[in-house]
Amino acid sequence: MAVTEAPTTELAPEPERGRLLDWLKTTDHKKIGILYLINSFAFFAVGGVLALLMRTELARPGTQIFAPHAYNQLFTLHGTLMIFLVIFPLLAGFGNYFVPLQIGALDMAFPRINALSFWLLPVGGLTIVSGFLARGGAAAAGWTGYPPLSEQLGTGQDLWIAGLIIVGTASILGGINFIVTILRMRAPGMTMMRMPVFTWSILATSLLVILAAPVLTAGLIMVFADRQIGTVFFDPGRGGVVLLWQHVFWFFGHPEVYMLILGAWGIVTEIVSVFSGKPIFSYRGVILSFLLITALSFSVWAHHMFATGAVELPFFSVTTELISIPTGVLFFIWLGTMWKGKLRFEPPMLFALGFIAMFLIGGINGVWAASPAMDFAIHDTYWVVAHLHYVLFGGTIFGVMAGMYYWFPKMTGRMLSRKLGIWQFWLQLVGFNLTFFPMHMLGLRGMPRRIADYAPDRGWSFLNLMSSIGAFVIAIAMIVFFVNIFLTLRKPRSAPDDPWESNTLEWATSSPPPAHNFDALPPIRSDRPAYDLRMAAKEPQA
Amino acid sequence: MSAVTVRNERPSREMSGPVMGMVLFVASEAMFFAAFFGGYFTISGSAKVWPPPGIPDLEIGIPTLLTVILVTSSLVVQLSLRSIRRDDRRRAILFLGVTIALGIAFLLLQLYDYSQLGFGVKDGTFGTLFYVMTGIHMAHVFGGVVFLSLVFGQAMGGVLSSTNHDSLAAGAIYWDFVDVVWLLLFTTFYLLAPR
Repeated sequence: MAVTEAPTTELAPEPERGRLLDWLKTTDHKKIGILYLINSFAFFAVGGVLALLMRTELARPGTQIFAPHAYNQLFTLHGTLMIFLVIFPLLAGFGNYFVPLQIGALDMAFPRINALSFWLLPVGGLTIVSGFLARGGAAAAGWTGYPPLSEQLGTGQDLWIAGLIIVGTASILGGINFIVTILRMRAPGMTMMRMPVFTWSILATSLLVILAAPVLTAGLIMVFADRQIGTVFFDPGRGGVVLLWQHVFWFFGHPEVYMLILGAWGIVTEIVSVFSGKPIFSYRGVILSFLLITALSFSVWAHHMFATGAVELPFFSVTTELISIPTGVLFFIWLGTMWKGKLRFEPPMLFALGFIAMFLIGGINGVWAASPAMDFAIHDTYWVVAHLHYVLFGGTIFGVMAGMYYWFPKMTGRMLSRKLGIWQFWLQLVGFNLTFFPMHMLGLRGMPRRIADYAPDRGWSFLNLMSSIGAFVIAIAMIVFFVNIFLTLRKPRSAPDDPWESNTLEWATSSPPPAHNFDALPPIRSDRPAYDLRMAAKEPQA
Repeated sequence: MSAVTVRNERPSREMSGPVMGMVLFVASEAMFFAAFFGGYFTISGSAKVWPPPGIPDLEIGIPTLLTVILVTSSLVVQLSLRSIRRDDRRRAILFLGVTIALGIAFLLLQLYDYSQLGFGVKDGTFGTLFYVMTGIHMAHVFGGVVFLSLVFGQAMGGVLSSTNHDSLAAGAIYWDFVDVVWLLLFTTFYLLAPR
């Protein structure tokens, strides 16, 4: 019964500290996963500082620090970095580390392509950021880069296009790698319907990536050709169609939204189950919801274009609201999983609960925005900024933090401080709502997004000040997070293999796992192999 | 009860990893080209007259020859794949060489065709769509020639066999895809654009 013993608590021997070169040339999916996380949090810090600069400018009416063109660069780079170089790569980083472990594989299907996918990210990101050094500054057409503005700006815009093409290529290669890994490298017994929900969420994300990301690449090439070789894709004066960009961009952009949240749903579903001490209320319901949302997400892009007057309003309104059905199913599954469970309010669970509450707000105001009548009133106001941050920060970043606290012991062999985690959670929750809830009201009062200044007599000043104070509270929460990581990494390895009494296969190996992932795989007879292992250990020896 | 050992590969009757990777890559590429075709029909659909006035008639002679070359090369690369599956390495190399030669012929002939056209990429929407779409396709043909040349090098080095030819199988899928895209381009620009 060698493999069914209770998780060992003895300390794993400290391996030699990896030299820098090992990290630079590694093809180990676990090291690459950690590189993804480091890179993403580095860009998170950059994007966060940009956000603080914006909130500082907006704290009071009048132009204090940034002229409008400089401000445009701030919000363009903030949005671009947070979406393409922070949120998506954070989830991809977790995917890299945990998908092979969760399905009992040795590594990803194509380890060297995996390394390439990662290393293209900092290259693409720095290409975008290098725009600050160019004449005329960095890209300034917003993260959506609408022409004609994106065709008129300076070299920074070209660097933005080049960087995004690099990042897009990286994500397509990564997506192919995930799909082949999941379809072909599962351990014996790990059928599709026994795969952890997080692995399912990465599979759905990867499908979206390989089908949607190339469409953005095509659009970026069109803009680049218009700018550099004199084509007229988006020049209505010469027969082009300026709305073509919006169609192409949002055909990518709306599936992109689900690329940014599916992984967080996977993390939260798993954590809610573990910390309620119950199986997922409906495993099949989760999978079905993921797949329905994946399919539906390709039919909703024009809800970003209601105000153009050039799209079929009822069709795109109905398809958009249809998405709220599988999403609503997920909420009920999370509640059903917690119902009558033995809840443990450890930091991963706190962040997961924060996710559910904040994403509920973001989801419901998304349903409102799907109604054209409502959308005409709030289009391009701060209401939209509130909505997308409730989804991407209140949703995904809370989910990512839940994942960090949950998986940190597996990745490093060390438990993050519970006390600091609880501090971070409350600071983050309060700061987040202080920052973004007033934006709903600002939007309803007509404040447009993407402006550097506003008049003092519009009744926007107090809400903006609150929002700016909230942004700095979020910054404090993030400092607590980084301090927690820094302090924890200096401690000895003391985390047990399965500190949370979890369900999935990654907890059936040591913390951190050996280079080959598993010394011996336990038998896989359900979607909760680690749980089966614990139960078998409790039975009397036969 | 003993532990199950880690097994990396599934039984060989299933699609191999590299071939599946190429199928997914081709799916991604299909969406890439679909975006350009979407652009074509959006722009042509919003024009009063299509093709726009001022564009000289496209001669169909050379493009037809280009089509014949590419379709033939698609068949030949399949012959190469069939040969290697039967361990007939000599024929596999021969057919692969012919495929690459046809690919190079396609590239040179299309460049010649470009030089004969009376309009350029800056000549309005038609020039834009024609040169960007066929040009991107041409880049893909070039990529295919490079890929197949690397496989050719493997074949010459004796690496390929009936049990080990994923690179050739993947290359053939890519090459067939590039061929299909050309057929769509040919149909769109030469057959559907009415005069």
